[in-house]
Amino acid sequence: MTVVQEHDRLQASALGEEPIREELVLGNPSMRDVTARIASIVESKITMKYLATLSVTGAMAAWGLFALYYTITTGIGVWGLNNPIGWGWDITNFVFWIGIGHAGTLISAILFLFRQKWRTAINRSAEAMTIFAVICALTMVLSHTGRPWLFYWLLPYPNQMNMWVNFRSPLMWDVFAVNTYFTVSALFWFVGLIPDLATLRNYVKSDIAKKVYGVLSLGWTGSTRSWHHYEIAYMILAGISTPLVLSVHSVVSFDFTVGILPGWHTTIFPPYFVAGAIFSGFAMVLTLLVITREVLDLKQFITLKHFENMNKIMLATGMMVGYAYILEFFIAWYSGSDWERWIFVNRAFGDYAWAYWTMFTCNVVSPQVFWFKKARRNIPLMFVISIFVNIGMWFERFTIIATTLHHDFLPASWGYYSPTWVEISIFIGTFGIFLSLFLLFAKFVPVIAIAEIKSIMPGAQPSHHHHDTHESH
Amino acid sequence: MSTTPTGVIGEFTDVNVVVTVAEKLRDAGFRNWDIYTPYPVHGLDKAMGIKRSILTYISFVGLCGGLTTALGLQFWTGAVDYKLNIGGKGFFNWQFSMPIDFELSILGTALFTVFGLFHLCRIPTWYNRYQDDASFQKATDDTFVVTIDADDDRFSATETPALLTGLGAQNVHLVHSTVE
Repeated sequence: MTVVQEHDRLQASALGEEPIREELVLGNPSMRDVTARIASIVESKITMKYLATLSVTGAMAAWGLFALYYTITTGIGVWGLNNPIGWGWDITNFVFWIGIGHAGTLISAILFLFRQKWRTAINRSAEAMTIFAVICALTMVLSHTGRPWLFYWLLPYPNQMNMWVNFRSPLMWDVFAVNTYFTVSALFWFVGLIPDLATLRNYVKSDIAKKVYGVLSLGWTGSTRSWHHYEIAYMILAGISTPLVLSVHSVVSFDFTVGILPGWHTTIFPPYFVAGAIFSGFAMVLTLLVITREVLDLKQFITLKHFENMNKIMLATGMMVGYAYILEFFIAWYSGSDWERWIFVNRAFGDYAWAYWTMFTCNVVSPQVFWFKKARRNIPLMFVISIFVNIGMWFERFTIIATTLHHDFLPASWGYYSPTWVEISIFIGTFGIFLSLFLLFAKFVPVIAIAEIKSIMPGAQPSHHHHDTHESH
Repeated sequence: MSTTPTGVIGEFTDVNVVVTVAEKLRDAGFRNWDIYTPYPVHGLDKAMGIKRSILTYISFVGLCGGLTTALGLQFWTGAVDYKLNIGGKGFFNWQFSMPIDFELSILGTALFTVFGLFHLCRIPTWYNRYQDDASFQKATDDTFVVTIDADDDRFSATETPALLTGLGAQNVHLVHSTVE
C-alpha cells in the first residue's frame, strides 16, 4: 500500500465510509505481535482438549489401520466388490482425497500467480491439507492393488522378468501424476516453511524446540542474498504447480475416460474433474479453517473477507460441476448411442438414484445460497454448506463409479454393490489419519505463513522510494 | 574469545531507510556485507546491487532433464528393449507419452529448483558468524539487520561502525567470533 493509498484509506475511515478494500490483518498488529501470536501457538502447553481430540482422531486412524491390516492379510475379498463392480469405495475414496488436495495447490500456486494477497493467511494450512489428503489417497490406491507389498511393480525398474510397465495405460500415468503431485506439494510446502521455521528457531525458549526448529530451518538467516533466490524459486514452484494441479485430476479422470464404458468415455471429464476437485477442496479447507480459527483464535488473520472469497470460489466451481452434470445428459442424448442414453437415465432414476440426487442436491443446490453476501459471511451457515459439499463430492465419485459398473452391457452381468464394514472402517480411518496429521501440524508448525503475512502488512514495503513504487501496492 | 572482530552489525526499523542505506553501502564499494530481513523487501536486492539469479537456468536444466528422461524411458522400454503388442497400439507414440512427459518435466523442474535454491542460498548451513548476536536474531522478527564482514577490504574496526551509525543504524556494535 503506498502512502497515498494509506492516506485515502485513513481519510475514508475518518469520514465513516467503508475502506475500499477490507483489511486482511485485523487490529493493526506490529510485526513483533505477528511473530509472537503465531509462535505462541507452538509454545503454549498442550491442553487436555487438544489431547482428547487427538485421541479421538487417533482412534479413528487406528481402527482404519486395523481394517487395512485385515484387508492386506486376508485379501480384498473382504470388501463388497463383486463381478460387475470391481471398483467401489476404494477408488471413490482415492478420487475424493486427491480432489481434496487440489484446493491447497490452488490457494498456494494459482492465487499466488494472480497476486491474490488474501491467500497468505490460509495457504499454509491449505498446503498441509493437500499433503495429508494425498497421503490418504495413496493409502486407498495402494490397498486397492490387493498386494500392496508389490507396489514397486508399478515402477519402471530393470527386473529378472525383463518386463517393463505399460506406459500406454492411464493407470500408469496416474502413478506418475500422483507421485509427482505429492513430491512437488511437499517441496513447495517445505520451501514456504523454511523462513518461518527460522523465525521460530530464534523465538522459542525451550532448548529442544530451538534445536529441532534450528535443524529444520536449515540455517536460514533471512539474508537478502537468499531472499533474492528464494522469491524466484517460489515463483517457479507456483508456476509449475499450477499446470500440475490441473494435470493431476485430468490424469485421474483418464482412468475413467480412456475406458470405453458408457458414462465414463467422455471428453468433458478432465475439466469437470478439476472443477470438482477445487470445489471439494475449498469445502474441506473451509470446514477445517472454521474450526482452526475458532480453536487457535486466529480471527485476526483469518477474517470474514477470507471466508467470503472462498465461498465465492465454491459458488463458481459448484456451478461448473452443476453445468457438467446437466451437459452430460445432453451429450448422452445427442450421441445417439443407446448405451450412453440408457446409462444416464439409469444414473438419475435407477438403483443408485438416491446417490445421484444426494450428490445433485449437495453440490448444485446447496451452494446457491452464496449468491447472497449475508450467507457468504455467515460462519455457521458456511460450515454446514461446506459439509454438504464434502458429502456431495464424495457421492459424485461414487455415482460415476457405481452407476457405470453395476449395469454392464448384458443384463446377465448386472449387480448391486454395497460396502462391507471393512471398507467403511478404512474410510473412517483415512479421516482419522487426515485429522490427526492436521492436528499435529496445527500445534507444531506455524499455521500462518509468518513471513508472507508480514510482507503484505501496511508499511511493509518501501513506499516513497524511486524503486518500483508501482509494484509495492 | 578472539580480540579481532568478525564484523559489524547495525539495526534499522524503517524499510525506506534501509533501501537507501543499501544503495549507499553498495556505492561505497563494500563486497562482504548483507541485509537480513524478516520477509522479502521489494527492490532491496536491486538496491544492494545483487546480480540476477541464475536459478531460472538451473530450473530449465531440470525441465529438460525430466522431459528427456520421460521420452527416453517410454521410447526405449516400449519400442526398443521389449516390444509388447497391446491392443494393436503403437510401441511408442508421442500422444500417449504426453502425460508422463509432462509429469516428469514438472518433477525435474521442481527438484532442480529446490535443490538449486539450497545450493545458491548455501543451506543447509549449521553455523553463521553472527548467529549468537541478539541483534542478528531480530532479523527473523521485525528488524532489518545490516552486517559488514571484517574480511571485506574496506572494513575498518573504527570507521565502519561510525559509517553505519551515520546512516541511521541503531545499536551498532562489533561482533567477535565465539569459536576459537
